[in-house]
Amino acid sequence: MTRLPALAGALALAFFSVGPAVVTPVAAAVAPVPQTVRIGNFTFGPTVLSVPVGTTVTWINEDDIPHTVVADDKTLFRSKVLDTGDRFSFTFTKPGEFGYFCSLHPHMVGKVVVKPS
Amino acid sequence: MDDHDHHEDRRGFLKCMAWAGTGALFTMSGGLASSISLDQAAAAPYGTAKGFSFLQISDSHIGFNKAANPDTKATFREAVGKVLALPVKPDFILHTGDITQLSRDEEFDDADQILKEAGLTVFHVPGEHDMLDEGAGKAFLDRYGKGTKGAGWYSFDHHGVHFVALVNVVNLKAGGMGSLGADQLEWLEKDLAGRSSSTPIVVFAHIPLWTVYADWGWGTDDAAQALGYLKRFGSVTVLNGHIHQITQKVEGNIAFHTARSTAFPQPVGGEGPSPGPLKVPPEQLRSMLGITSATFVRGQERIALIDGTLA
Repeated sequence: MTRLPALAGALALAFFSVGPAVVTPVAAAVAPVPQTVRIGNFTFGPTVLSVPVGTTVTWINEDDIPHTVVADDKTLFRSKVLDTGDRFSFTFTKPGEFGYFCSLHPHMVGKVVVKPS
Repeated sequence: MDDHDHHEDRRGFLKCMAWAGTGALFTMSGGLASSISLDQAAAAPYGTAKGFSFLQISDSHIGFNKAANPDTKATFREAVGKVLALPVKPDFILHTGDITQLSRDEEFDDADQILKEAGLTVFHVPGEHDMLDEGAGKAFLDRYGKGTKGAGWYSFDHHGVHFVALVNVVNLKAGGMGSLGADQLEWLEKDLAGRSSSTPIVVFAHIPLWTVYADWGWGTDDAAQALGYLKRFGSVTVLNGHIHQITQKVEGNIAFHTARSTAFPQPVGGEGPSPGPLKVPPEQLRSMLGITSATFVRGQERIALIDGTLA
């Protein structure tokens, strides 16, 4: 699931690096595939997710215990409390590495790596 | 002896314990736990006019309804039933947090309603589950926070014992554990400053104030500073919840103890894939839930703690 867009992102990047004369990168033309992070056993899976810019990531809590999804800077994104089965989505519009954690169980950490398109 | 062994020993003790008649009274002194029978305890000057007892109830998680315990209201009510059945009426109850599962008004209402049946004053500290409302703790503080500082910390005195309620479940940092924060630590230092070192101190907070198991966040990042302020006191008892099982440790004059939940057990640190609710056969559940009774006897170094199950 998660490897395809990462690969597409990498390919797009590769096309760019070859030079401006080459074909228009395909990945930039289509909306990035939405991605899912599952919260289970007090962990985010996958812990590190690589996506192209513009990707919407949805976290789903599959634990018996509520969790939250909060950006390390506590401002970029911050979910309400997610009870079992609840979801939270955020669209990453800028490239960079975005660490996040569960504000209730802060040993639970994850990261979204957003690649330029 | 490491913490793990200690835990196992304690569990061994507790196997032969029940509430009526055959209980063991745990006293902590000289760095090791020892136990005497309740009959011996009755012969000792416990319950005399100079001493008093109080109770710790923890992690009632009202609103939790998953497989590990579909009816947390029922087990909470059973815990209150155990309080009512105590031969000596305790002076008050400390609830060490996670009153509710999701900080909903109706969950707080249900918890209050059941606790009221005990007919005792209740002192609260929040668990992380009690600060989940839109107002990030407003629901808890509106209800229980009158006269408290910051996120809900406070202290009070009872028959010469100084009780300190700490909050270590807010403003947590990525990758960290529980946290007290600079403001609360400053307040604590001042709160303790004028007191004689012979004043017995009881500190209660939700997350353990010593590191029980770091990989699951079972500890408090800046606890060392708080414990530094407490070091000079001759008798310090630290009561925590959060991990839904009994653990204990004695360090110098400070005795640490965590209580069982009234809702569901959790695994021993590192045993199992996560600290999530431990599902046990229904007939075993009540033997893994319980409350803690504390007795203070003037002239005794340590507060005596009895852990009782709902079984």
